[in-house]
Amino acid sequence: MTPPTASLALNGAHDLALENAEQASIPKLGFHFELQRREFFKLMGGGLLVGMCVSSLAQESGGGKNRESEDDLPTALSAWLHVAEDGKVTVFTGKVEVGQNIRTSLSQQVAEELRAPMESIRLVMGDTALTPFDMGTFGSRTTPTMGPRLRNVAATAREALIGLAAERWHVSRNTLVAAEGRITDPLSRRSISYGELSRGQELVTLIPGDPALVPPKEWKIAGTAVPKVDGRAFVTGQHKYSPDMSRPGMLIGKIVRPAAFQATLVSVDSSEAAKMPGVTVVRDGNFVGVTAPDEATATRAAQAIRAEWKAPAQSSDATLFADLRKPSTDDGANYGGPPRHVVGSIEQGLASADKTLQQTYTIAYIAHAPLEPRAALAEWSDGKLTVWTGTQRPFAVRDDLAQMFRVPIANVRVIVPDTGAAYGGKHTGDAAPEAARLAKATGKPVRVVWTREEEFTWAYFRPAGVIDVKSGVRRDGTLVAWQFDNYNSGPSAIRTPYNVANQKIEFHDSDSPLRQGSYRGLAATANHFARETHMDELAHLLGMDPLEFRLKNLNDPRLTAVFHAAAEKFGWGREKSSATRGFGIAGGVEKGGYVATCAEVAIDAATRDVAVKRLVVAFDCGAVVNPDGLRNQVMGAAVQGLGGGLFEAIRFDNGKITNPHFAEYRVPRFKDTPQVEVVLLDRKDLPPAGAGETPIVGTAPAVGNAIFAATGIRLRSLPLVPDGLPKA
Amino acid sequence: MPFTLLVNGTERKVEAAPEESLLYVLRDNLNLTGTKYGCGEGQCGACTVLLAGRPVRSCITPVSAAAGKPITTIEGLERDGSLHPVQEAFLKVEAFECAYCTSGMIMSAVGLLSRNPSPSDEQMHDFMNGNICRCCAYPRILEAVKQAANLARERAR
Repeated sequence: MTPPTASLALNGAHDLALENAEQASIPKLGFHFELQRREFFKLMGGGLLVGMCVSSLAQESGGGKNRESEDDLPTALSAWLHVAEDGKVTVFTGKVEVGQNIRTSLSQQVAEELRAPMESIRLVMGDTALTPFDMGTFGSRTTPTMGPRLRNVAATAREALIGLAAERWHVSRNTLVAAEGRITDPLSRRSISYGELSRGQELVTLIPGDPALVPPKEWKIAGTAVPKVDGRAFVTGQHKYSPDMSRPGMLIGKIVRPAAFQATLVSVDSSEAAKMPGVTVVRDGNFVGVTAPDEATATRAAQAIRAEWKAPAQSSDATLFADLRKPSTDDGANYGGPPRHVVGSIEQGLASADKTLQQTYTIAYIAHAPLEPRAALAEWSDGKLTVWTGTQRPFAVRDDLAQMFRVPIANVRVIVPDTGAAYGGKHTGDAAPEAARLAKATGKPVRVVWTREEEFTWAYFRPAGVIDVKSGVRRDGTLVAWQFDNYNSGPSAIRTPYNVANQKIEFHDSDSPLRQGSYRGLAATANHFARETHMDELAHLLGMDPLEFRLKNLNDPRLTAVFHAAAEKFGWGREKSSATRGFGIAGGVEKGGYVATCAEVAIDAATRDVAVKRLVVAFDCGAVVNPDGLRNQVMGAAVQGLGGGLFEAIRFDNGKITNPHFAEYRVPRFKDTPQVEVVLLDRKDLPPAGAGETPIVGTAPAVGNAIFAATGIRLRSLPLVPDGLPKA
Repeated sequence: MPFTLLVNGTERKVEAAPEESLLYVLRDNLNLTGTKYGCGEGQCGACTVLLAGRPVRSCITPVSAAAGKPITTIEGLERDGSLHPVQEAFLKVEAFECAYCTSGMIMSAVGLLSRNPSPSDEQMHDFMNGNICRCCAYPRILEAVKQAANLARERAR
């Protein structure tokens, strides 16, 4: 097998490329969907089954017709729904729940279109044996893509049920009404439940075309603050996350980690560990792991192994930003094309400007640090592998496992229990091959849960970056030139939403010294920080109000609207900043979401501590599916943004992370939390966009701009104040 | 060696090394997995339980130090199928996103309110600062603790 530690470096870049591929709407990869019709009804019982195809397969195979004569289900389903004989509705989707609340918001949309009560609906998510293929849960794609698919499936099921009732009563379907899990004939006052209609059926329907969907303005269940599905299981400790899973005879696995990144194993002395009762030591290439009956023994055994590693000399964070400016030596590592964006002539634009400004902004590596660390429970049975693990891409983890262990994909099943967060950090399934390798060696189920130190060291990081901005403005506040070069942090939201006649915007690949990958909002956070800080600098250069300067250069009505909404709620311009109290504003567009953030900071003149006192976030992501869940996401993202904004930074030296604990890596806590106010612009005339990521992007620049307004100190590096405010 | 633990009102006999952490004894020996591992260093609060009524980090509490004293975990808060006021408030306010921190948050809040039934915002910040919510649902958690305090006072009346 490929030792997991050796394959790590490749995955991060691959993930970013994939995520960008998704954003560019590159067609889906192939499918492996092998559940058959008979098996399905055996599993679920009889009833009505509606599947949705993503490709033209639906038409080719006579979509819209019942497929009772054929035994195979089509292989390109992207979602399906089953109405059982007892009226229970089960919906299958490959998306996963990681705290973004899609189990609830997707259920609401099904309930809405099916016209069935919320309580009758259950989602089976992220189980590669049961759910249709899905590329992964990332890029804020669930709401704009899976939402409409499930609404389509549910609407088709509703129409099929109406058809069954019409057939049964020999009436025209046009007279029948579907509501609350029943079909009613108002003329004859007959009524029948969905369950009764499904009884004795083994009916398969594929999406016929475009069933009429309920427009957001008429939503009754979607669009409302439905409480989190299974909420009670979370406040009683009953929900089982991956680290809580167990199997009979299960062993605990621990990995002996290399002394540094890129290290190779020279020698291992495991004699002492092997003597411990119940301990098995496994060595395979660069991989060294142990199993034991309990956590304490496994930890002792791993510590007792004397491993000698050889690692090349590696750089440190001291030279990071100079290192990132060097061009990548790997042609294959980039994002699949030069994302250079040119409008007009940057040279002429700069020449025509009354004032020009050139500044550099830097962004540190940060860790996702989800509170549930990477974990997996693996079990082999008759050459088949089942793994429970928290990942955003269960199908990719399945494919990786099949390849690593040289078994058919059909013999690997990956199940994702609702997970203790990801924030873009769980695109890989790093603990899965480790647990599977140990389980294979011992013949018993093995659970591996990463320690916090492993999590801070061996997971991938949000990319660090360097951003150069060169701009030109006219005296009246018109932006005329905008040059923007991003080294390494990524191309998400790299383009400016402002009107500029002359632009040159470019992303440059670098060789990242650390393993890097996705993070909530990707590079949108870095690019917004640089852009919105620079816009603030230009406003001050011109002596204009920062909000007024932005609005002057903006025609996007939705972005303008969130700026106005945030400013109004915040009371922008009502008070002037003072030496101890500053106000800042920032905003932008990403992944179909429009955000504006206002921040108030307090400066302690004696200690030079910066405290964020208040954040106002205005957000527009189209029609709101669940206002309460959305407020939670927006508020959480805004506060999480304070971490990377103020103090989070991964430190490293010569292949080692030097601050791999919460004691040294500061994340936002209660005392860091300001008053947060969220303004939602519910655009029922527009389709819903995702909301898990974009609300994070305004925090750092709004806070940095507020610090400047109070102190006159311009901070151009994230984190802004890891050690308090620097001297002016 | 054998220890007798008083967990959620029941005597439980366990076999463990004295220095073994209470967290793993609860999770692996007694199958009480509502108490979570978050860092193993007492830095995040996900493993918080009540020991003799006070919140402790079970990951850095040796089982020998917990023996013989009443231990309450998240599984022991319900009474006759009714949620504890803090659980009820967390559910009502939806004071969580991924909810991995929720058990520890609730146990810390229960510990706080048992000592101080009407904490100020600052007292809540101080007392709860050792509990991390990486989803940063902090404003709602504070709101839930306030509502729980009100609920508890109403019930006590």
